[in-house]
Amino acid sequence: MIMAQKTVLRKPLGFIDVYKHKPGAEKDRTHYCPGCGHGILHKLIAEALEDFDIVDRTIVISPVGCSVFAYYYFHTGNLQVPHGRAPAVATSVSRANPDSIVISYQGDGDLAAIGGNNILQAANRGENMVVFFVNNAIYGMTGGQMAPTTLEGQKTTTTPYGRNVKTDGYPIQVCEIINQLTAPVYVVRTSLHDMPNIRKTRAAVRKAIQNTRDKKGFSFVEVLSMCPSGWKMDSVPAQKWIEENMIPRFPLDTFRDISEDTSAIERPVPVMDPEEVKRILEYTALSDSNLEKNPDAAFDRVAVRIAGFGGQGIMSTGIALANVGMEYGYNVSWLPSYGPEMRGGTANCSVKIQADTIGASECTEPNMVIAMNQPSLEKFEKILVPGGALIYNTTLIDIEPSRTDLKVYPIPITGIADELGDTRVQSMVNVGAFAAVTGMFDPGEIENLMPSLFKGKSGEVMKLNEKAVRKGYEYVKENFS
Amino acid sequence: MNENRKYPFSEIDPDICKGCGLCVAACPRGVLVVSEKLNSKGFHYSEYVGEGCIGCGNCFYTCPEPSAVTVYLRNYVPEEVS
Ligand code: SF4
Ligand code: SF4
Ligand code: SF4
Repeated sequence: MIMAQKTVLRKPLGFIDVYKHKPGAEKDRTHYCPGCGHGILHKLIAEALEDFDIVDRTIVISPVGCSVFAYYYFHTGNLQVPHGRAPAVATSVSRANPDSIVISYQGDGDLAAIGGNNILQAANRGENMVVFFVNNAIYGMTGGQMAPTTLEGQKTTTTPYGRNVKTDGYPIQVCEIINQLTAPVYVVRTSLHDMPNIRKTRAAVRKAIQNTRDKKGFSFVEVLSMCPSGWKMDSVPAQKWIEENMIPRFPLDTFRDISEDTSAIERPVPVMDPEEVKRILEYTALSDSNLEKNPDAAFDRVAVRIAGFGGQGIMSTGIALANVGMEYGYNVSWLPSYGPEMRGGTANCSVKIQADTIGASECTEPNMVIAMNQPSLEKFEKILVPGGALIYNTTLIDIEPSRTDLKVYPIPITGIADELGDTRVQSMVNVGAFAAVTGMFDPGEIENLMPSLFKGKSGEVMKLNEKAVRKGYEYVKENFS
Repeated sequence: MNENRKYPFSEIDPDICKGCGLCVAACPRGVLVVSEKLNSKGFHYSEYVGEGCIGCGNCFYTCPEPSAVTVYLRNYVPEEVS
């Protein structure tokens, strides 16, 4: 129908006019080999985007593989993502902006090998996206190695005697697997091996993109495609090769099409109710504490990196600071980062406490570092902003900080805790020191918050921790005022 | 563009064409041929012989290079495209 209205068939507007992102002089042509099926499928997609007038609403996710540079060509929003992860990134794009039309464009190595789980999970969730799966039975970009879809007996650089199912397994039929899941609305396999099938592919491309536009959910279009270079043959014989060798293993079929009977998906709208968050975090009892922020505080916002050995109270310092910050009505975040060993190794966490909205929760440019051991001092001193505060544990660190543009607070943190009779209270010594350095928290108020910070703990434990806060606070006041 | 050309016709950019030959194989009228000549990239590009095109669009849809082939259909009016 739409064909009949066209008066000229020319480069579709879904493509960028001049491929300005492509390096080198050849900005008027693609990087694909002669006769490569990618270009044909690109054209069908670009044409559909123009015809449906949705170029501006579309985001194409480029994979790793020969189509890694798809973003050179499509006049859409573009993202290029790690190998096999396109469906995960497409999920986040689609969820963050449900009106966008998200296209995950993937090859067989990307989708069926390393990305095998990603595609299944996205399909299973019925994400509103279209996946174009280019199956050319080989790793093209890396020079023709065996792919999950390589045919039995097919020679590749890594199967020089042909794929042997006894050692290499069978070619994976991805449509058939996707079709086992409940959520997908459209699952189809087409081919580029002759004109009738290119036209069928065109129809499938259009239907899948319309499904996404109409928010029907997950559409999956597998396209058998020529890789003349990888197969070491000319383009027209490559089309014949699809017909004779691929189609018997990968039958062309519409495995599922329930798009007509499917209405637009409606997902529960995420609610961000601060009261509900407090309830989930069990803060109801204190939600009316309404502590006054100190207008004369030396800091009005803190991005602190707390680091040391596992077991030095790194994480509990962070959690306590974030909790107290929350009671003062700040936005807070706490992001732990462990070494692979969890215990005994090094650990650090990022805490942000600020009045405005927090973006990234990792403190890459902290204005405070609390270093509990020497490796942490050496590592995190470097990333402090000029003028930032460096609190470090002189019980375990016998070197001096090397920077001179910082405010330094050498404190025997572990020693103070030991004197109180329990090394574990180092984290509350830190909290006290933090309160003194920043002026953001009042130590008396922190004492009032003890029941919530140490829920279920005995009065003795709370008393000890109160003392630790006091000691940390007083040490700073006495030594650095 | 030659005003006396008969519509429909297919136009192949000799410099963009990669000489894969898919269009030649897909043309139901056999009016596309592989040129003896080479383009600047060293490909024997494809050309329209000048008459006989029925505007089926096969060459356009089978060509992997986005801007190599343009097919001006029967109802094409030259002023339309600027
Ligand atoms: S190697 Fe194969 S898939 Fe990659 S661009 Fe060349 S023909 Fe296309
Ligand atoms: S439009 Fe059809 S008939 Fe005309 S040159 Fe192209 S393939 Fe041949
Ligand atoms: S299909 Fe395109 S690239 Fe291939 S020979 Fe024809 S015009 Fe050239």
